[in-house]
Amino acid sequence: MSTTFDTPTKTTGRSVATLALIVRRNIWTLGLIGILVLLVVVTKIIQPSYGPAGIQGLAISVLPLALAAVAQTCAVLARGIDLSIGSMMALTSVVSATLMADRSESFAIIVVIGVLVLGLILGAVNGALVVFTRVPDIVVTLAMLFVWAGAALLVLNTPGGGSAQWLSALTRGPLFSQWVPRAAVALLVIVGIIWIPIRRSRLGISLYAVGSDPLAAFRSGVSVSRTKIFSYMLAGLFSAMAGLSLTATTGIGTPVPGPYTLMSVAAVVLGGVSLAGGTGGVFGPIVAVVILSLLRTDMTFLNVDTNLATVVQGLILVGVVMVGSLIQMRRRET
Amino acid sequence: MSVAEAPATRSRWLTAAGIRALFRERPIIPLLGLLAILIVVSEVIRPGPVSLNWAGVMIRAAVPLAILAGCQTMTMLTAGIDLSVGAVASMSGFLVATLVGDLGLPVAILIALAVSAVVGFVNGVGAGVFRVHPLIMTLGMSLVVLGLANVWQLLRVQTGSGVPTEFRQLGANIEFGFLPVSLILFVPLALIIMFLLNRTGFGRLLYAIGDNEVASRLSGAKSWQVLTVLYVISAVLAGIAGFLYSGLTNVASVTLANSALLPSVAAAVIGGTSIFGGRGNYSGTMIGALILTVISSILSSLGYPEAVRQILFGAMIVFVAAAYTRITTD
Repeated sequence: MSTTFDTPTKTTGRSVATLALIVRRNIWTLGLIGILVLLVVVTKIIQPSYGPAGIQGLAISVLPLALAAVAQTCAVLARGIDLSIGSMMALTSVVSATLMADRSESFAIIVVIGVLVLGLILGAVNGALVVFTRVPDIVVTLAMLFVWAGAALLVLNTPGGGSAQWLSALTRGPLFSQWVPRAAVALLVIVGIIWIPIRRSRLGISLYAVGSDPLAAFRSGVSVSRTKIFSYMLAGLFSAMAGLSLTATTGIGTPVPGPYTLMSVAAVVLGGVSLAGGTGGVFGPIVAVVILSLLRTDMTFLNVDTNLATVVQGLILVGVVMVGSLIQMRRRET
Repeated sequence: MSVAEAPATRSRWLTAAGIRALFRERPIIPLLGLLAILIVVSEVIRPGPVSLNWAGVMIRAAVPLAILAGCQTMTMLTAGIDLSVGAVASMSGFLVATLVGDLGLPVAILIALAVSAVVGFVNGVGAGVFRVHPLIMTLGMSLVVLGLANVWQLLRVQTGSGVPTEFRQLGANIEFGFLPVSLILFVPLALIIMFLLNRTGFGRLLYAIGDNEVASRLSGAKSWQVLTVLYVISAVLAGIAGFLYSGLTNVASVTLANSALLPSVAAAVIGGTSIFGGRGNYSGTMIGALILTVISSILSSLGYPEAVRQILFGAMIVFVAAAYTRITTD
């Protein structure tokens, strides 16, 4: 993760080298973007009428899953894994939906802030349990999956509640031009505001340091426990946003967790984040989520049975990761 | 450790550190203690139900979970995990229920186990040859299996066959008031698994790969072969567990055993198997499965709503795992 890269070449050669370095560092994300472009072309061929409406629908369906994937990335980067993301989404979604139902629009602002704080608290509980009990991350968050899902059922037994108008309006419809869906802008703004400053701060660096080698990080004076708790708090915060986006896009709160946890793990791996921690970023997983959703749309256009679509999704997940590890093995050999 | 240096006296185990050392060497003892405490608790909370028959019901419910947890134990020993066991178990139970009418029971069972083995083979090749993380590999395969099972369900929707009577007797019957019939299947299976892990070269290789994959490769172990065989065994075991699940509930559905996936991981972990590989055994896992079954029985006898039960279940898993980690490590 060296930020300076000195090569004894002339200025022109140097800028080329830097460019090559940037490309090499982000090769996985660039590859994903290539696949995405290809997929968009294919979509346009299959369904010539695919246009602004389709893109807006896609953005709305991508929003919760992309936020869940970002949440998972935060946990995985610090060599953890959070299996309770889906449950935290359900809990924050029902809490926001119950509090916002039949209330004033301005009260909803307080609710949104409160739910985000709730997400931080849920994440802090997960992180503190992981750090202080010394039980493996996967087991603690697996158990917390039950706890948060049960709490969601306590808050709201059946789907219900409501969403504030302005919150729903944030995710629906276009912005500026009909080709730019609001949900996509919202996603980029949220992630940009929160992730980029953290990535550049001391905490972000320690996140990567703990992920790549906890012992080395500890010996360099990074507080491993604090960083771990912080990574789970971030995961909780993004899960709360994902839960809020569920409430906003559907207009109700649903207490039963969707398939978000496992899909978020899949998106993280497809997005080039190593499950061993320390490498990758949040944009790869977001692109991976868009690819997965667009693929699903394409298969509906092609009248593929939804069950077969699940099969294809599983095969793609496994296939892409296989190809990725083959490339890595090749690179190591040469 | 002062205990190790102290002269061996009869009071060696009576000090706190001595008890810790004992627990560390024999992790099964605190587990059995916990199980005993839980049984006492369930008698205190609601006097009456603890009897031989109650024990039979508990064991009957724990047996299929223990088989699935066996899959997790073996894969975790190599620092892997098998998230496809839920989908495979549901699929195999469903497959037999839909095929038994046309082909007869033995053929239907063979087909179900063969399909399970194919799934396990793909898992093993992915994890062993292509070095895909087992979590991702088995997760992807569980999506594939679930989707294909759904397609199969749509194709077979006209033929109204059900769970065969033999499975119902095997999975649900209790003989002499306390002996579940499923033990006929489970006892040999458990003995085979324990023999495999403790007495064969294959078992040694599992521990070796989980402990230090590089070292085991340099010592000549072909880890891809071991992993392929391992995941095939795991999937076949899951297929067998699927028969018991469909018999126990008398339901054949493509999502029947999905809810048992996470408890199976929890049972293996509570039983002392390390998720990072190299440490654990099957006897602990069996006790872990029993502990989870008793916990959920206590929670349902308390009459709380589903929501509270889930919260307590999760909290207890964290608590037991934390206590266990604290006791067995220093």
